[in-house]
Amino acid sequence: MYRPAEGEQPLHQRLQKKHAKPHIMEEWVGKVYTTLCILVLVVTIVAIVYFVASRGLSTFLVNGVSLSGLLTGLKWDPEGDIPLFGALPFIFGSFSTSLLAALIAAPLGCCAAIFMTQIMPGFGRRVLQPVIELLAGIPSVVYGFVGLTVIVPLLRSTFPGQGIGIAAGALVLSVMILPTITTIATDALASLPFGLKEGSYALGATRWQTIYRIVIPTTLPSLLTGVVLGMSRAFGEALAVQMVIGNAPHIPHSLFESASTLTSAITLGMGNTVMGSAHNNALWSLALILLLMTFVFVFVVRFLERRNKR
Amino acid sequence: MKKILFLAVAVMLTVSLAACGTKGETGSGNTQNNGKTDTQAGGSAALSGSLLAAGSTALQPLVDQVSKKFMADPKYSGITVQVQGGGSGTGLTQVSGGQADIGNSDIYAEEKFKDADADKAKELVDHQVAVVAMATVVNKDITVDNLTKQQLVDIFTGKVTNWKDVGGQDEKITIVNRPSSSGTRKTFEKYALGTKSEDLQGSIQEDSSGTVKKLVAETPGAIGYLAFSYIDDSVKTLKYDGVEPKEENVVTGDYPVWAYEHMYTKGEPNEIAKAFLDYMVSVEVQNTDVVELGYIPVGKMQVKRDAAGTITK
Repeated sequence: MYRPAEGEQPLHQRLQKKHAKPHIMEEWVGKVYTTLCILVLVVTIVAIVYFVASRGLSTFLVNGVSLSGLLTGLKWDPEGDIPLFGALPFIFGSFSTSLLAALIAAPLGCCAAIFMTQIMPGFGRRVLQPVIELLAGIPSVVYGFVGLTVIVPLLRSTFPGQGIGIAAGALVLSVMILPTITTIATDALASLPFGLKEGSYALGATRWQTIYRIVIPTTLPSLLTGVVLGMSRAFGEALAVQMVIGNAPHIPHSLFESASTLTSAITLGMGNTVMGSAHNNALWSLALILLLMTFVFVFVVRFLERRNKR
Repeated sequence: MKKILFLAVAVMLTVSLAACGTKGETGSGNTQNNGKTDTQAGGSAALSGSLLAAGSTALQPLVDQVSKKFMADPKYSGITVQVQGGGSGTGLTQVSGGQADIGNSDIYAEEKFKDADADKAKELVDHQVAVVAMATVVNKDITVDNLTKQQLVDIFTGKVTNWKDVGGQDEKITIVNRPSSSGTRKTFEKYALGTKSEDLQGSIQEDSSGTVKKLVAETPGAIGYLAFSYIDDSVKTLKYDGVEPKEENVVTGDYPVWAYEHMYTKGEPNEIAKAFLDYMVSVEVQNTDVVELGYIPVGKMQVKRDAAGTITK
């Protein structure tokens, strides 16, 4: 009978150790790496939120502007003899452009998704989807320039007004958010529980009846998630909108008159103001409003996803 | 084993990336003191180090072009010059805070740093490297050729809203303005209008001169203002109080809508910054690059103007 020598471990233990060592190493490296990544991420997010909040709040704490004055004031004149910080025109502009853009892009995106998943999956998913996703890769300055050269003159010759304004901004944005909405809608429709459609067909429903009675209602929360994400992208977009919207700090009388958004107010003013001045702080407050709005959008998406799971 | 290697590399990359991030934030502040003097074989002292010039987008094309020539010059091969835009406010903030060695600005620092910040302007040393002049431009269809100062003020404050009131056709005036904090707009307000213009309902504000030009060229009844370097056939320039917006009239002081392009340093410039600033105002650069890019050489000016706007011959 084999007896292990003094100090030598039994065979199975030796084998186990040999196998276990790299395994533990792997586990450890993986843990450390992911933890590090998460730490960097958390620190970054906290730092950004803290920075924007501390700057944005100093408008109220240091410069003595009232919150209600900022949110409901109609006149924006931070460089005036009596500085006025009314951001309502910007808030109005941001909401109206992104809502309008979502209104244009949502039906387009959802219908494209239905086409790609239900009607012509082969051609749609192989050709159409990459083409639509290509739209996401175009730089926003290009969208702005195309809007300025094509959409603005078109609107100007068709409607009364200067052509620039909320309508032009919304049209440019609707193309920009189309990939977001389409991609999310396509994923939602493609992951429809197997059997739902077959059941509907088995009952004798036509394809169209199946789509609008079964497919759309079942995936509606996910479709809405896509629309909300698209809207939040539209809300944060700066450059393209800034080029076509006109940027007058007033609530416009028509869709074709110069208006302004939160982002365009920030991009126009930030480089020309001195850090720490009242004007600069007010711009950070606008950024804070944008940040809070993004939180709201994220919460809405979460809420929709929760409803989707139930 | 491969996986471990991969993970290890990934960890290293992340750590080094994170390190880069922090270095980028703090490191840019340290450029000021690294002006070393090396003795080269020739016996002459050659400078080496790096320089960051940030600020005014109106001045950026010039600084960009000159910095490339400067670095290509064998005399200054040891110096790296970085040029960043960001606007006059950014330039002044960064040079005052020590993040940049040179702050480019379209306007005097005294005009930007006011009230509580007034002390910051005193620390900065002004180096005027070029002059930029601006002209009132209108859509080509406008029949008006000349606007008086009062007419311009009336237009930009919203008292006059139709071209027929200033001697043109019956056409609504659309103002294409720069943002209220822009250095170009401040110059235009100060020297052409003598008063503040307003962000009127329906007016357009654009931050880039290219967009301003495009909108003025395409929008019927549009009026705006552009630096000479941006003006071409697509828009029509107007006389100001009967004076043609031309370089000849700017240098004699007859045409008042112009401003210096400033490059500020915090305190007296160090050796590197001084070498670059001297290069900027050298005869060679002033007569080639400055003119080429549509600015007016500082030396050509027969009048001088201080921060308060007082003109001396």
